[in-house]
Amino acid sequence: MIDRRSRAALRLLTAVVLVVVYVPLALVVINSFNVDRTFTWPPSGLTLHWWKVAAHSSGARHALLLSVEVALLATAVALLLGILAGLALRRTRFFGRNVVSLLIILPIALPGIVTGIALNNAFRTMLGVELGFLTIVIAHATFCIVTVFNNVQARLQRIGPSLEQASADLGAGSFTTFRLVTFPMLRSALLAGALLAFGLSFDEIVVTTFTAGPQEQTLPIWIFQNLFRPNQAPVVNVVAAVLVLVSAIPIYLAQRLSGDVVSGAAAAH
Amino acid sequence: MTITRRKLRPLGALLGVAALALVAACGTSAGSSGTATPGAQGFTPPDIPMQKSLGKMEGKVNILAWPGYAEDGSNDPKVDWVTPFEKQTGCQANVKYFGTSDEAVNLIKTGDYDVVSASGDATLRLIAAGDVAPVNTSLIKDYSEIEPFLKKRAWNSVNGQMYGVPHGWGANLLMYRTDDVKPAPTSWGAVFTDASKYHGKVTAYDSPIYIADAALYLMKTQPDLGIKNPYALDQEQLDAAVSLLKDQRQNISEYWSDYLKEVQAFKTGDSVIGTTWEVIAQVAAGEKAPVKAILPKEGATGWSDTWMISAHAAHPNCAYAWMSYITEPKPQSEVAEYFGEAPANGQACKITGAAFCKAYHVTDQAFSDKIWYWTTPISQCLDGRTNATCTNYGDWTQAWTEVKG
Amino acid sequence: MSAPTAPAPARAPEPGRASLLGRSEGLRTGLLLLPPMLWLGVAYLAALGALFVTSLWAQNDFTGDIERVWTLDNYRQLWEVPVYRTIAFRTIGIAALVTVIDAVLAFPIALYMAKVASPRGRRLLVIAVLMPLWASYLVKAYAWRGMFSEGGLIDAVGKPFGIQSPGYGLTATTITLAYLWLPYMILPIYAGLERVPDSLFEASGDLGAGSFTTLRRVVLPMAFPAVVAGSIFTFSLSLGDYIAVTIVGGAGQLIGTVVYANVGSANNLPFAAAFATVPVVVMLLYLAAVRRTGALENL
Repeated sequence: MIDRRSRAALRLLTAVVLVVVYVPLALVVINSFNVDRTFTWPPSGLTLHWWKVAAHSSGARHALLLSVEVALLATAVALLLGILAGLALRRTRFFGRNVVSLLIILPIALPGIVTGIALNNAFRTMLGVELGFLTIVIAHATFCIVTVFNNVQARLQRIGPSLEQASADLGAGSFTTFRLVTFPMLRSALLAGALLAFGLSFDEIVVTTFTAGPQEQTLPIWIFQNLFRPNQAPVVNVVAAVLVLVSAIPIYLAQRLSGDVVSGAAAAH
Repeated sequence: MTITRRKLRPLGALLGVAALALVAACGTSAGSSGTATPGAQGFTPPDIPMQKSLGKMEGKVNILAWPGYAEDGSNDPKVDWVTPFEKQTGCQANVKYFGTSDEAVNLIKTGDYDVVSASGDATLRLIAAGDVAPVNTSLIKDYSEIEPFLKKRAWNSVNGQMYGVPHGWGANLLMYRTDDVKPAPTSWGAVFTDASKYHGKVTAYDSPIYIADAALYLMKTQPDLGIKNPYALDQEQLDAAVSLLKDQRQNISEYWSDYLKEVQAFKTGDSVIGTTWEVIAQVAAGEKAPVKAILPKEGATGWSDTWMISAHAAHPNCAYAWMSYITEPKPQSEVAEYFGEAPANGQACKITGAAFCKAYHVTDQAFSDKIWYWTTPISQCLDGRTNATCTNYGDWTQAWTEVKG
Repeated sequence: MSAPTAPAPARAPEPGRASLLGRSEGLRTGLLLLPPMLWLGVAYLAALGALFVTSLWAQNDFTGDIERVWTLDNYRQLWEVPVYRTIAFRTIGIAALVTVIDAVLAFPIALYMAKVASPRGRRLLVIAVLMPLWASYLVKAYAWRGMFSEGGLIDAVGKPFGIQSPGYGLTATTITLAYLWLPYMILPIYAGLERVPDSLFEASGDLGAGSFTTLRRVVLPMAFPAVVAGSIFTFSLSLGDYIAVTIVGGAGQLIGTVVYANVGSANNLPFAAAFATVPVVVMLLYLAAVRRTGALENL
């Protein structure tokens, strides 16, 4: 295995990287208590005032609600399309398979601004559709498909076709096989993919800026508009701090679910 | 490997859809510009009907405003003239700020907004593109109180037809931190030829229209260039201005279009000198930043803003209600004091006090005419030259990208 | 790298079933693929196509309206005016630098998580790495703005060492971008390293190689596709970024800022679209190049 010295070195490097990762976040949390609204360093005083303001901020609440709604709907669509694509591609090896894979990856591989202006142009100029809630959902679902698709594909590869063939041999139709055999095996992969998709959609700002109507403010858009406003910037920090702390829960859940997959995969090798 | 039909099917579907989409794109209209040709005031604006009378209030209005023009208490609870409007008319106001005239033009084109406060470098473009409708000034309550020298001017009217309601005007100022910049500057040279004194801490407005500021400086300091109007620059004059700006670029900390970003930069000391609006200086001073704003001796560029109503306004009656309300004396005085500009309605002086009006030259047409208001540069020279072709806004936009590097 | 899938079994007639779907594998594949492909084809590919078509049109720079006149002027402008080339190369350079920095920073922590940490430690570390992703990207960039500013954290911490904050600019942009995308690099590398069997380490050790040699000659080559997979994210995210640049980049311009300025302020969608094809082409080339390393399976 890796010798003691290397392990110690790795441990040190890990600690350094973690510190680097968390210092700015700590700064965000500290600034949410900062008396000074423009966050000069060091903070001249601490106060709970902004947390109280944030608790009453209707703008933040509406934005949070909208973000959750968009993320849920986008994740649902991505789940559906990702499952379909994953199921379709698993057994056939054909030239088009790589093309399809590429197409699914493209929305997330191309820079967000390109996706954003392309969709904006398509919605407004080509289709004459007004930007609104649905356009955001469509945009988000498009780049969320890949997370579900990858997870489904990986899981399907791991479990192999034997169980489904057995089910077919026992006389079950396609839908029944899917419902009783395939889907249960896919569940945790789907959940992991869905959580990742939810996270992607929730924090997305670039594409959202171009596909949201003037009335729709998802949380990132609300943050962007309030980031520099002296009265609101500390509230933004409060919101961010809360998000980080609360996010530990779904991440932990995702870890638990895919943790089984991971150890299973390691064992399979 | 032979490619069978079933392997091609998904590909085929893809290509088919993409091809269809391309054809559709070609066929969709994307806003024609056939009717309006740019040119001096000789362009013909598209025929857009003017509202004849006020109807029922729609209950909502989408306002596109310069920061500080439509305060609803969210920036400072004590600064709010939108809520009284909402109570008075029942029109819920949804305010969106923009940072530059270009953004305003772009946002109005979406058709999502009812009314916009447009500066002179946006007004004619909006009129020519058919994005705004002529304004029926008889529907504006206190229109008669607006200073006469703001009515039927080149930037807000065509052939005698008003396309907006004047809001206010002011100059772009030079702001500096009193603790870092000594002695106190008196000239734009502090950010141009002497900018290296504040290396890495100079700021400037992030818009191609800022080229006019450089041209104004050259107009006063290098008369042999022959610049008579900072918005009428032939290629050689534009190159000189660009060269000046590229030198300035070496000393720039950041360009600003978000006014709060400038406030923050001055507060932390990342910027110590640069172009500003009075409202920024006042907000920064409110944040305890030691700043002062002055009008340098060469004069300044500025803006004369007009409220215009969108040709696609979804809430035209509330839009007219807003334009009426914001030009009444009391709101005018509130905006003028918060933003730091000369209100269009001279009666506002009764509320602000004579000292304010004197300081801002509210009724002083001579002073007002000295400011070089933002105007869209066009190929036909705005200074009247017929022997030269001037650079237009597209050239300025490209030059601006080159300046920033 | 993906394991090759087993070829489809020979089609034996299923007993007692008349399901059309069951009979034709191709039809089933096609039908399953139809919704996602239709969605991606219509929502995405068509939009990209329309954008490309727009880049071949002109814009009336006075009214800001798009004129549907076919022209290559936008591309000509891109080619002839040197500043756009400068910006493009600068952006690609920064994206590459950010990718390298992230790869270097991510590898040790990913290796630790995959091979050295206990299962509980592993779980905690994954959570610790993922949590920052949920703090809004904007807020993190803004925190860095505070850190880089005059008298900010970097100045304060660096004073005893004589280190000054670089201020807003390209250095700040690179550091901030590297920070923002780090989790996107850590996760694929971690997943990839997990797939490297422990037995390989032992075998390498048995053959007399020290840890470092093992890492260099056994682990790195096997983890390479995962590193490349992570690099797709960091590269692509950096190529198109305009927000972090606006917040910490000072006066610097990247591809993203020019495209955004042309779409938003200058109303020049055709030109913005033309300039936007640059990162698209770069990414497509990059994707084509990395496909052979198998990185795409590791995303």
